Amino acid sequence: MKTLVYINKNHFSAKASFEAVTYAKKLGGEVIVVTNGDATGAEALGAYGAAKVLVDTTIAEADSQQLTRLIATAAEMTGAEAIVFSHDLVAKSVAPRLSVRLKAGLISGAIALPETAQGFSCKVNVFSGKAFATVAVNTSIKIISLLPNSIQPENIGGTAVVENFDGKAGASVIKIVATKKPEGSIPLPEAELVVSAGRGLKGPENWGMVEDLANVLGAATACSRPVADIGWRPHHEHVGQTGVAIRPNLYIAAGISGAIQHLAGVNGSKVIVVINSDAEAPFFKAADYGVVGDAFEVIPKLTEALKKFKNAN
Amino acid sequence: MNILVCISKSPDTTSKISFTDGNTKFDENGVQYIVNPYDEWYALVRALELKETIGGNVTIIAVGPAADESIIRKALAIGADKAVRIDAEPTDAYFVAAQIAAYAKENNFDLILTGKETINYNGSQVGGMIAEHLELPYVSLASKLDVAGTTVTLEQEIVGGLQVVEVSTPVVISCAKGMAEQRIPNMRGIMAARTKPLDVVPVVALELYTNYQTYSLPEAKKACTLIDASNMDQLVELLHNEAKVI
Repeated sequence: MKTLVYINKNHFSAKASFEAVTYAKKLGGEVIVVTNGDATGAEALGAYGAAKVLVDTTIAEADSQQLTRLIATAAEMTGAEAIVFSHDLVAKSVAPRLSVRLKAGLISGAIALPETAQGFSCKVNVFSGKAFATVAVNTSIKIISLLPNSIQPENIGGTAVVENFDGKAGASVIKIVATKKPEGSIPLPEAELVVSAGRGLKGPENWGMVEDLANVLGAATACSRPVADIGWRPHHEHVGQTGVAIRPNLYIAAGISGAIQHLAGVNGSKVIVVINSDAEAPFFKAADYGVVGDAFEVIPKLTEALKKFKNAN
Repeated sequence: MNILVCISKSPDTTSKISFTDGNTKFDENGVQYIVNPYDEWYALVRALELKETIGGNVTIIAVGPAADESIIRKALAIGADKAVRIDAEPTDAYFVAAQIAAYAKENNFDLILTGKETINYNGSQVGGMIAEHLELPYVSLASKLDVAGTTVTLEQEIVGGLQVVEVSTPVVISCAKGMAEQRIPNMRGIMAARTKPLDVVPVVALELYTNYQTYSLPEAKKACTLIDASNMDQLVELLHNEAKVI
């Protein structure tokens, strides 16, 4: 099926974008990327299967209403039968609107390619990662918002042709007053490796060793809810049921007991390593590898062992 | 300020999740339902704070069967003025959003608030869908909400950071952590909730876009491999050769 993929201009080289384009390619038809502002760098998405990039250069920053109109215009123009998003904050505000506008069923948080033998259905995460559901779409156009780290991007070589188009996005009624970006950190939902710590670290002054470990691994840092609530770490690092849900390849948790609400945010991780001084901590039941020991001793030792490994490989 | 807060029921966060009827239905046996935490802690409580500071009315709306009235009464006990229940079994986000939008179209609200997602379906869909039905602006994942006259100032999460935005009412907002603190209903609130108006509105017929066919549980984890705290080289070796994640 002919498929549109919406990708933000800042994400042309993001792994999540490669995944979304690969996913679209695997749906079997022509893949067209749609974007706005500036398509510099978007031609490289051809390597993952995009034939064409449609860009509306007249609109740099777009709100959810404008993006909805823009993608709907591209969908009508191309006759696309599927629209794929990476399940990020933009997708969460635009895909539902687009579903209503195009009368197209939305699969939110897909974790696999669809089953198309009978109809069109797709597996999604539900109950905060504690279960999966298979959702069928009954409409002729399908919208899929794909969770990061669900499929492996496939570089098949090639470049996409960039074409301008008029997305008829209209004017924005939302005024952006200020933007705050924390410097230098890897966005948590996209990180493949995550190092996280909890109250067991006893205070914000002890986070240096967590950051050292994360730096050696090239990992993002995260924390448990109590740590964010008492202000030791910023809220955007809080993973768990009421924080960010992540599904990295490796999740290392130190000094976190593993309450069910925390597990709900991390149980999609491929491999979980738990470091805790309490051998009875519930987190060990969800872990692949466990170290019973004092985080203050184990974390620096693990950092040293990783340094040694990195130097030798 | 006329505020509509959309609430949904969800199983208590400690509930054991299982399915019945050939894995086509959530097994409600022994499950305690609560108001979805994002709807209650952030959307409803912030709506009440705004009402207390600038005046107005807070209406809560839920799509669900009569059995859901216990969680609707709980939201009234926290302080909402009135409640509306659309009498239908919610099937998917599109269905719920269309029902709420149909009600909101006939009643003028300045703010329509939802939680950022439910903890059972995690779709983050209802707010955006209501906004599109009503052709209103939508600010998703807001962590701060202030109102001055008809100007609404919000702080929202964006990819890799935060932004502050301004928009005029009416607007649809999905509410996330940071917006307010949980409130525990007091006895006076609970008593008052019993007599507050709870209107039951008939369902609007519509075509279903999606349906949930079957459910499954993740495979049980194999037992955790314990590694001696003094042997981190072994952990690194296992992560590299066995787990193949580094």
